[in-house]
Amino acid sequence: MAAASNNQPLLEVRNLRVEFPTRRGTLLAVDDVSFDIAPGEVLGVVGESGAGKSLTGNAIIGLLEPPGRVAGGEIRLEGRRIDNLPYEEMRKIRGARIGAIFQDPLTSLNPLYSVGRQLIETIQTHMPLSASQAKARAIELLKEVGIPGAEMRIDHYPHQFSGGMRQRVVIALALCAGPRLIVADEPTTALDVSIQAQIIALLKRLCREHGTAVMLVTHDMGVIAETADRVAVMYAGRVAEIGPVREVVKHAKHPYTKGLMGSIPSLGVRTDRLTQIDGAMPRLTEIPPGCAFNPRCTFKGQRCLVERPNLMPAGATRAACWLHDSGGVGAPILKETVDA
Amino acid sequence: MPDGGADFVRIEGLKRHFDVSAPWLVRKLEGRPRQIVQAVDGIDIEIAKGETFSLVGESGCGKSTVARLVVGLYPPTAGRIQIDGNDMAARHSRSDMAALRRRMQMIFQDPFASLNPRWRVFDIIAEPIRAFGLSSGKADLEARVGALLRQVKLNPADGRKYPHEFSGGQRQRISIARALASEPEFLVCDEPTSALDVSVQAQILNLMVDLQRRLQLTYLFISHNLAVVYHISTRVGVMYLGRLVEVAPTDTLFRRPKHPYTRMLLDTIPDLEMTGRQRSPVGGEVPSPINPPSGCTFHPRCPFANDRCKAERPKALPIEGGTVACHAIEEGRLPIEDRTYALNT
Repeated sequence: MAAASNNQPLLEVRNLRVEFPTRRGTLLAVDDVSFDIAPGEVLGVVGESGAGKSLTGNAIIGLLEPPGRVAGGEIRLEGRRIDNLPYEEMRKIRGARIGAIFQDPLTSLNPLYSVGRQLIETIQTHMPLSASQAKARAIELLKEVGIPGAEMRIDHYPHQFSGGMRQRVVIALALCAGPRLIVADEPTTALDVSIQAQIIALLKRLCREHGTAVMLVTHDMGVIAETADRVAVMYAGRVAEIGPVREVVKHAKHPYTKGLMGSIPSLGVRTDRLTQIDGAMPRLTEIPPGCAFNPRCTFKGQRCLVERPNLMPAGATRAACWLHDSGGVGAPILKETVDA
Repeated sequence: MPDGGADFVRIEGLKRHFDVSAPWLVRKLEGRPRQIVQAVDGIDIEIAKGETFSLVGESGCGKSTVARLVVGLYPPTAGRIQIDGNDMAARHSRSDMAALRRRMQMIFQDPFASLNPRWRVFDIIAEPIRAFGLSSGKADLEARVGALLRQVKLNPADGRKYPHEFSGGQRQRISIARALASEPEFLVCDEPTSALDVSVQAQILNLMVDLQRRLQLTYLFISHNLAVVYHISTRVGVMYLGRLVEVAPTDTLFRRPKHPYTRMLLDTIPDLEMTGRQRSPVGGEVPSPINPPSGCTFHPRCPFANDRCKAERPKALPIEGGTVACHAIEEGRLPIEDRTYALNT
C-alpha cells in the first residue's frame, strides 16, 4: 500500500473475522478482511447489501450488535490494539480518536435534547473544557459544518432541522474531539442528490483541513469515485479487490468489480442494455467453497471451485482472483466465450 | 413533443392539494390558519404509446403523487387525466372502469412492502387474473402464472414459495409479473429500482426494457436517480415543488439543459468518470410546499433570479422539442450551453 509505506498506518485491520452464532450454526459475516488506512486518507468500502461492509465498520468502532462478535484477527489504531479492549476503554477511544457518522441522521440524534446539549455533552466527555468553553466550541463546530445562524440554531431540537442540516449536525458531533479517523457508514444515502453533493464536499473539506482519515462505507460507487483515495470492494464478507480508486473504477481486475462498474448507468454513453451480473450474492448460509463469486463468474475454472483466492497483485490493484495468479484458474468448466 | 391526438396518456392542469391543517377546534382556539400542501400544482404531461416518460426531482417535489393520481389511487383536486381518450374522472359504469383499470398497473418502490407476506407467489400473481376474470379455468390460470414467472426470468415452480424466500431483486421481479398479469398497456413505475443494489438494478432495468419491446408497453417512470433516468427514458420531465419546470427528449435534457434547476441537478450527479469536473453544490434546500415561494418557486435558490422571477409564475414555453418554465431562458438572459460527458470505456 503506497500511501501507508512512508509512515505507520493510522488504522491496521488484519484478518478480521466477524461471526454471528445462530441456532443453525455460526455465520461468518466478515471473513479474513485486511486493510490499512493512512493518516488523512479516505478509504472507500463498497459492496452490495450483506457484503459485510457495515459490519467491518461497526467492528472498528466497537459497536457490533450482539450476538455478532469479532472472532479473529486484529484491529490496531495508531499501533494500539483496540479490538479486545474492555467496553469502558473503548468508549473513551470512540469519540475521542474515532468518530462515527451513520446513515440516518434522525436516529443518531436524541430527539429530546437540543443539538447544543448533545454537542456540549460530547465535547465535555472527551475534553477538559468548562461549560462556556464547550459551548463556544459547539458553536464553532456548527459554523464549520455550514449551519447558518449557529448561535441561534444551537438551542434547536433535531426535528427543527432538515435532513441535510441534521447530517451536518451529526458530522459536527463526530468532529467534537478532533478524531484521527471517522467511520462514515452511508452518510449520504438518506439524502437528496443536491444535499448529497453538499455533504460530500463538506466531508472532503474537513478531512483536508484537519488531516482526518475517513473510512467511507457506501453502496454508491459515484460517491466513492469522487471522494475516496483508495477503495476496497467487498463481496460475501471478503475483500474482492482493493486499490487506488481510479484504477478500480477504470481498470478493475476482479470479474465482480468489472461487472459492478458496468452495471452502473453512465451519462457518458447510452447503451441499449446495461452489463448485468446474473444471479445474486449468496446468502451467508450458502457461500460456496472456493471463490465465493464462482457461481456468477464467466471466467471460472476448476481451481475456483475448490481453492479460495487471497488478495494478490493484479496490475495497479490487488484482487482476490485466480486469473491473476501464475497458476491461473485451472481447467475451464464451461465453454462460455470469455470477452475480456 | 409527439403530435396531439395520438397521445396515449394526456394529463392537463393536474392539481392535488392535501389538507394538513390542525383539527378544527385547535385551529379556532389558537387562531391558526388552514394549511394546504400543494403537492401537485398544475402540470401537463403527454405520453405517447410505447414511450418511457420519466419524472425526476428531489423528495417532496410531488413526483410520487403524480404516479398515484395517474393510476387513480388519489382523486385529483383539479385537472384531467385521459388514458387512451378515456377520462379517468368521468363517471363510468363499473365494468367500464374495470376495463380501464385492467389496462394500467403500478410497480412500487419497496418490494418488501408491496407483496403480501402471507400469500404464496402464485396467488399474488394470480390475483389480478382472477379479479378481472381473465382465465378460463384452473389449468389456464396455472399456465398463465407460469408464463408470467418465466417472462420475468423466474421458475414457474417458484409460485409455491412465499415472498420472504426471495431476495430484493427477485421480489421486484414478482411485482413486475403481478403488474403484467392483467395484460396492461401502461405501467406506472414508482422508483422501481431505488431499493435495490446496482448489479440487481441493472438486471431489473434490462428486464423492463426487454418487456417494453416485447409487449409494446408505455411507461411512466418515477425516479430521483438521473443516471437511471438517462438510461431508460424517451422523454424526461423535471419537477420542482409540484410543478414541471422542464420537459425535453432525454438527450436534449442531458446535453442542453435549460432550466437552472435542471442544470443544478445535473451538476450533483456523482461523477464516476472523475474528469475533474468540479461539482458545484448549490446552497439551500427545497422549501416547504405549504408556503411555496412566490413567482417561480425556484427563485430563492436560483443564481439568475430577478424581480420578475419573484413576482410572476413562469409559463411553460416550447423550446427545442420540449418546454421550459423560466423567465431567464425566455428573456434570453441565460445562455443555453452544450454539456459533454466523458465516455465510459
